[in-house]
Amino acid sequence: MTRAAEAIDPVGDAKAFRDYFIKKFPKVKLEDFVNGPYSLNEDMRKQWEEKEEFPPYEFALDAGKEMFAKPFKNGKGYADCFPNGGIGIRQNYPYFDEKEGKVVTLELALNRCREANGEAPLSYVKDDMASLTAYMAFTSRGKPMNIKIPNDPRALDAYENGKRYFYTRRGQLNFSCANCHVQNPGERLRAEILAPALGILNAMPIYRSEWSGMGTISRRFMTCNSQTRAEPLEPQADEYRDLEYYLSYLSNGLPISGPGARP
Amino acid sequence: MTLSLDRSIVTRRLILRGAAAVALIGLGDLPLPALAAANDRYPEDAFKQKSDADAIKSLYGKSAEASDKVKLDAPEIAENGAVVPIAVTTTLEGVTSISFLVSENPNALAASYVIPEGTLPSVANRLKMQKTSNVIAIVEAGGKLYSATKEVKVTVGGCGG
Amino acid sequence: MASTIRVRATSSGENTEVQALVQHPMDSGYVKDAQGAIIPAHFIQQLTFEHGGKRVFVADWGPAVAKDPYVKFSFKGGQKGDDLKIGWVDNKGASDSTTAKIG
Repeated sequence: MTRAAEAIDPVGDAKAFRDYFIKKFPKVKLEDFVNGPYSLNEDMRKQWEEKEEFPPYEFALDAGKEMFAKPFKNGKGYADCFPNGGIGIRQNYPYFDEKEGKVVTLELALNRCREANGEAPLSYVKDDMASLTAYMAFTSRGKPMNIKIPNDPRALDAYENGKRYFYTRRGQLNFSCANCHVQNPGERLRAEILAPALGILNAMPIYRSEWSGMGTISRRFMTCNSQTRAEPLEPQADEYRDLEYYLSYLSNGLPISGPGARP
Repeated sequence: MTLSLDRSIVTRRLILRGAAAVALIGLGDLPLPALAAANDRYPEDAFKQKSDADAIKSLYGKSAEASDKVKLDAPEIAENGAVVPIAVTTTLEGVTSISFLVSENPNALAASYVIPEGTLPSVANRLKMQKTSNVIAIVEAGGKLYSATKEVKVTVGGCGG
Repeated sequence: MASTIRVRATSSGENTEVQALVQHPMDSGYVKDAQGAIIPAHFIQQLTFEHGGKRVFVADWGPAVAKDPYVKFSFKGGQKGDDLKIGWVDNKGASDSTTAKIG
């Protein structure tokens, strides 16, 4: 079975993906998958609900709101770089940029905005980038993920590239993303309960108790690689961008729940 | 505007200077009701104790009896030992103090709360647990001590190790 | 600079429920940094709540309280629009305070 012989079929993939998880967890409401391990474990859910009453990402959210509103040195702001002033648009990211021919993520777009306005780029993994994306996710809370794949062979390739990354085993532990998040969601891996891949990015960025702080999609991809003893890629490497594209597309229709809290 | 914080800082300095009898004598010299200040004194010594028994003794000077009127809410397995939501509520009357201890932590006493009259005997907080341990809630009511205990399993230790 | 204290105080008419989240590292003094040196203990020792000139709750904390500590309690009385004064002091002598309105 060669790749050339298979048509790239995101619509078919997404349906099959969703059906797989619905069948595996018949008691879980579709929109609840965005809550990761909390959708699959009662004891953990209760702890999470108690913390959500006054969540640990509250400070990052406030910082993000302030940061977003603060003008650059040249007088412009983030609002100038994004549709609708950057409010309520997170669910559209990542998107395929047809001019560039590549996937553009929200984190990448934010740093490009900064650089276009004479500001130094932010670290992709935490702090300010996490605060900004936390705020932007918050303004989109409840909105369904809405990733588009234009009728462009390059976009389909990027999608397929992300899919390939997801299913490829790597690292000393020889795990693929799918081994944990498709085959074993709800199971324990050492001390953690594995999250289902469906909706897995909808809660980003997240406050992790393990990090005692916030982390972005970039951070999570890199640490997942390290944890399986694979070489982490550079933040916003092509594979990561494509992976984010693939995973987000499969979660279309599920609500944005970010910023989130996780163990 | 002075918050009762100020009194606590002053009394704590008295304690640190070794004024052992401050509870009975020293506070009388301060321009505030001795009872209120005594209740607000930061229990530095209790926090230094290792075992829960020693911490309770230091804090209250008596021992507790288990009571089903003290309802302790804690998870079976903490999702992460760094942030464990734990709450207690009680139907006992005349509650003046509520404390939480984690037996296996390096120092058992985690938190202690002053419940003035008019405040409900119910507290929710988030604690760190180093490893699987008993969590003990102590309620002081009508001058006596009551407790509830629950074992909380911890797989990812909360002390950053 | 924004206060480190976030408060949500709601009156049900009879009781006021208070939730507070405070931004503070609550370092236990048991954790080492990347270089292997102990990060010194740095934690809030006392957090006090006052309403109508009367203290309604005092939290005595040790380093085993979680980072960015949270506490919830309720007291009788308190009406919408009332002031609730909150202040903390930590083991290094630093402090912060704020006044919140009961909603």
